[in-house]
Amino acid sequence: MSYSSYILLIPLLPLASFVLLGLGGRHHFKRAAGMIATVLLGVSAALALYTAYRYFSTDVHQPLVVVRYTWLQFSPSLSIEMGVLLDPISVMMLVIVTVVSLMVHLFSIGYMKGEERVSTYFAFLGLFTFSMLGLVLSSNIFQIYIFWELVGLSSYLLIGFYYDRPSAVAAAKKAFIVTRFADLGFLVGILMLSFYTQTLDFHTLIERMAGMHTLTIALVLIFIGGAGKSAMFPLHIWLPDAMEGPTPVSALIHAATMVVAGVYLVARLFPVFAADAVVMHLIAWVGAISAVLAAVMACTQTDIKRVLAYSTMSQIGYMMLALGASGYTASMFHLFTHAFFKSLLFLCAGVIIHAVHSNEIKDMGGLRKGMPLTHMAFLIACLAIAGIPPFSGFFSKEEILSTALGYDKLIYGIALVTSGITAFYMFRLYFSIFWSRETRSVHGEGGASMKIPLVILSAGALLAGFVPFSRFVTPDGRPFASAIHAGAAILPVSLALAGILLAYSLYYRQSERPASIARAFGGLYRAAYRKFYIDEVYLFVTRGVLFNLVAKPIAWTDRHVVDGLVNGTASATARISARIKGLQSGRVQNYLLYFFGGVLALVIIFIYAT
Amino acid sequence: MHEIPLTHILFVSTALFFIGMYGLFTRRNMVTMLMSIELMLNSVNINFVAFNKYLYPGRLDGVFFTIFIITIAAAEAATAIAIIINLYRSHHSIDAEDATEMKF
Repeated sequence: MSYSSYILLIPLLPLASFVLLGLGGRHHFKRAAGMIATVLLGVSAALALYTAYRYFSTDVHQPLVVVRYTWLQFSPSLSIEMGVLLDPISVMMLVIVTVVSLMVHLFSIGYMKGEERVSTYFAFLGLFTFSMLGLVLSSNIFQIYIFWELVGLSSYLLIGFYYDRPSAVAAAKKAFIVTRFADLGFLVGILMLSFYTQTLDFHTLIERMAGMHTLTIALVLIFIGGAGKSAMFPLHIWLPDAMEGPTPVSALIHAATMVVAGVYLVARLFPVFAADAVVMHLIAWVGAISAVLAAVMACTQTDIKRVLAYSTMSQIGYMMLALGASGYTASMFHLFTHAFFKSLLFLCAGVIIHAVHSNEIKDMGGLRKGMPLTHMAFLIACLAIAGIPPFSGFFSKEEILSTALGYDKLIYGIALVTSGITAFYMFRLYFSIFWSRETRSVHGEGGASMKIPLVILSAGALLAGFVPFSRFVTPDGRPFASAIHAGAAILPVSLALAGILLAYSLYYRQSERPASIARAFGGLYRAAYRKFYIDEVYLFVTRGVLFNLVAKPIAWTDRHVVDGLVNGTASATARISARIKGLQSGRVQNYLLYFFGGVLALVIIFIYAT
Repeated sequence: MHEIPLTHILFVSTALFFIGMYGLFTRRNMVTMLMSIELMLNSVNINFVAFNKYLYPGRLDGVFFTIFIITIAAAEAATAIAIIINLYRSHHSIDAEDATEMKF
């Protein structure tokens, strides 16, 4: 069986789920909506796994374009094609997206039970999965842009799912506008690249760019697009607010799949980026700054989902950092493991929120007896993200750290400190949720549909690190051997353990110590709690500067000059016509007079003028 | 026989034309206006015949034109009288001043 015979089914089945549930869900399959969507996605995930098995069972993983179709033909040399590209990272993303999406679908059956618009919810999930799969399979840069925007749209729809909450509406708008702003950079970057290389196809583009001088500006613009989607500093402000969406959506979109689209984009064009040291430096530093900044902010947040959002941002910062330091495989490896443990964390958060009906950490505590399975899953995910061996995060983080060590000592230091802080805030969360107070009983962990995904993803978070990743995903498709040096791992692991111990001493029991430490840090704590005032800076720039200095004068010009010209023309016409309308008197003999006057005038003209 | 010079005939036709025009401007009765139009048309006819006879005696173009004009004048009279009758039915008047609704 060739790839082309079934590969299109993988993205099209979720689209079918979207169309089916979107059109008829409200009336016809209100109860079965979740099951239908899950089954369709299950088939899609099985096909994706089969594709991965076939693709990776060969020795050398060459990129294959298995479907190619000309969508728009502008001229003989310029056309937009739609295609399916299979290469190591797209196959890897295929697996991640379908598996995590399947888990989220399954989880949502339990989580969204009893919701009024459950079929709409599953329809949107289908649309998102379709767009994301289209994005990862894109064979040219324009196609990726189309799906990029579709992903943004479905993210907007899902963040604003509870549209009766003003905060959800505001968050959806914020996410849409901020990422759209970044996408402008992406679009300009695409146009510049395609103008210079005369192609949109990735493969041809990379080939042609190899012989050219580097296009730093175009690459920076494309990176801005990726940074916006991946919530990199300073375009990260939408991600914490995006947590207004339903929790499974956060697990799917804002943890495992959509937010890594920026990383994926940079990886997709990696040979082009790698040729330009300036842009690589920029990527590495943006990643490092995002990682450490988000980690510090995560320490002070009190909303469980916001903590996880900042930790997502921090981990994506790691991936960007690794890409900037030319650690292609390390970055992709971390993307792979992160997808498991971060979606697991979000789903656990979903179970907890479902049980205690609150997002605030202070409303939780002592939950370990009430929800043993969630407790274990959360612990595994926390250990994985903290980088404790043998959990998956350890392996990928070690690869990133060793890449960073070879690139720049300062960035390595930042990454090291961040991994310590990461361990601290994750275990702050863990201890405050599950220990901290005397145990109390809560009404269950939800049904099997909520438990199964936790088990599967826990297994993923536990075992994903043992995948011999460098055999599969490499920049040139050729496997290489990589080994983790035990010596290099001592420092980060001991830092992580120190972070865990600190969290243990502060949050294992409720005490006054965290509050007094927060007071001792004073300004820094407040600044981190207020997200380093970045939102305020944005508000000042948009509302204070752009609105007053640009938008208002433009509005004035529009209202008075542009509208004035149009209205002036209209009123002048009206006034002139009011003056001369008396000529049409309705009297036949007046008209006769005009007629003869006209004839007379013509006669005079013909006699005297010629 | 002494021939009448062309200028005399043109004088008659010009007089006829302006008499018709004067009638058309001053009379309010639509039948009278129609008659004035006939006067003007016939002054043109006289012109055509006269020019034909004096300038191109061998040809008949002017005479043909005259016949055309007479035909059209007949049709025009029929149409105009139909309009006048309809106007009379609706306005009970054939005064041009009474039918001034078609204005701004």
